[in-house]
Amino acid sequence: MIRIVRAEWRKLRRPTLFLGTIGAALFFTALTSTFLYLMIDSSRGNSDRGRQVNRALLELSGGSVYAFASVGGLLGIIALCVFAAQTAQEYTYGTLRNLLVRQPGRVRLLFGKLIAMKIFALLMITISAVVSIGISYFLSDRAKVSTALWFTTVGFQEIGKTLLNVSISVIYFGIIGMVLGLLLRSPISAISIGVLWILIIENLLGAVKPVFLKWMPGNQLTTIAQGGSPEVSYIHALTLGTSYVLIGALIATVLFTRRDVSN
Amino acid sequence: MTTMAISARDLSKKYESGFAVSHANFEVPLGTICGFVGPNGAGKTTTIRMLLGLISPTGGTAEVLGESITHPEKYLSQVGAMIEGPAFYPALTGEENLKVLATLGGFPVERVAGLIKTVGLEGRGDSKYKTYSLGMKQRLGIAAALLPQPKVLVLDEPTNGLDPEGIQEVRDLLKKLASKGTTVFVSSHLLSELELISEYIVMLRKGEVVFAGPIQDLFLMQQPFILVKTASQSDLQKIIEIAQADGHEATIRSEVAHIEGPADWAGTLNKKAFEAGILITQLSPQMPNLEETFFEMTGDKK
Repeated sequence: MIRIVRAEWRKLRRPTLFLGTIGAALFFTALTSTFLYLMIDSSRGNSDRGRQVNRALLELSGGSVYAFASVGGLLGIIALCVFAAQTAQEYTYGTLRNLLVRQPGRVRLLFGKLIAMKIFALLMITISAVVSIGISYFLSDRAKVSTALWFTTVGFQEIGKTLLNVSISVIYFGIIGMVLGLLLRSPISAISIGVLWILIIENLLGAVKPVFLKWMPGNQLTTIAQGGSPEVSYIHALTLGTSYVLIGALIATVLFTRRDVSN
Repeated sequence: MTTMAISARDLSKKYESGFAVSHANFEVPLGTICGFVGPNGAGKTTTIRMLLGLISPTGGTAEVLGESITHPEKYLSQVGAMIEGPAFYPALTGEENLKVLATLGGFPVERVAGLIKTVGLEGRGDSKYKTYSLGMKQRLGIAAALLPQPKVLVLDEPTNGLDPEGIQEVRDLLKKLASKGTTVFVSSHLLSELELISEYIVMLRKGEVVFAGPIQDLFLMQQPFILVKTASQSDLQKIIEIAQADGHEATIRSEVAHIEGPADWAGTLNKKAFEAGILITQLSPQMPNLEETFFEMTGDKK
């Protein structure tokens, strides 16, 4: 298994992919964190979907990671794209046959790839967390937000909890990307369908009938990152999100192990 | 211990459209170079994919190094393969691509530099794969197949895109590997190349094995023939009549009489032509080459 992880890591660490992904993650992290503090007094809101996040909320013990939790969904979409591309490109490049000749254990190969991509995602999450907390701390003074509770014991617990939630969310998004990559066997199809569903279709359905959001996979995973939302509880999101991911992973694994590799 | 590198018994793959491979039976002894030939769509790549565990047979069975193809993990560490052309990650260098496969297969990455040199890619190993020419990609594919220092090397059209010098290099490399005990199972449409290196031949047509065995046996199954040229064109018809009178099939092709018959009958023909006052300018007994045999056996006209 370690061999598979190390082989996959050789592909993931190439500068264009690694720096490009981390760069995109940092861009969204910086943007979300900066807007949250610089637009704190804006009447048009300073968070996703025009929500207003006030000083009282940011001054709580979890205030340091509020921005980071908000960017969790976007980090998830980045992970979905990377996982989907890394999986589906094995079909389009025809490299899957090389991998399977060297590692015929298909389930093992799949899990090895997943572990490597998880490590990649965790690295991206950690860097984003550090940058988001740093920007939040740096801008808190200017936004007149007190940070007195941020770095207390409870504050650190909140940081840990949010890191865990964002990690679960991002990895779940990634697994969905991997599932789409395995099912569709084309990076463009996997990424476009995944992103289109999460960013457009779910939001449209949610706008037409808000109750739909309670059952949409993308919304469950974003809610996990945020530790729950006014519309969907954390436990509901975690249970439903995990179920979606497990079912998808099971179907994709069975297909991957049984399907002929003919390209 | 098995003496066969590959053996297939009634190996079949059926799709909705019909059989891609139908009840294939063949054996490839250890340490030989075996040519795998057949027209496009004959089922060569499907057979290779089944031998490598990439697709499941719908019938029959096969063994590689004495292990069933239902358990490819038992033999693939000793098998090198290039299937349907080289396939690598375009954004990685040639060397990095080989290191991915070396790491995955548990082979020392130090082997990569030597292989890059062996296949003639020295100086280009650190270039991105997407910048490689077709010939260079092919060489990298062969290097990847050699990573495990294989007991069995399976190559699908390894000389595609190579220049004549490259083809000769691959031929020499395969001979060298075979001399060290590696079994080489190679498919190619360059039949003259296969004829030069192969000791065994497996010939497929429409998914069925039409011949499998030593290449000499294949040629023995074919009718030898004699090519005759005469000083005068009008004498060619007389030559045909002499041959037919002795019970040999004969035709005129491109101003040359083509007579089916053994080499030792050429003397008789020469004597009879002399007695008939025919001046023969060329008399050459021939054995069919692999290409001619291939067209004969697969029923395809050249």
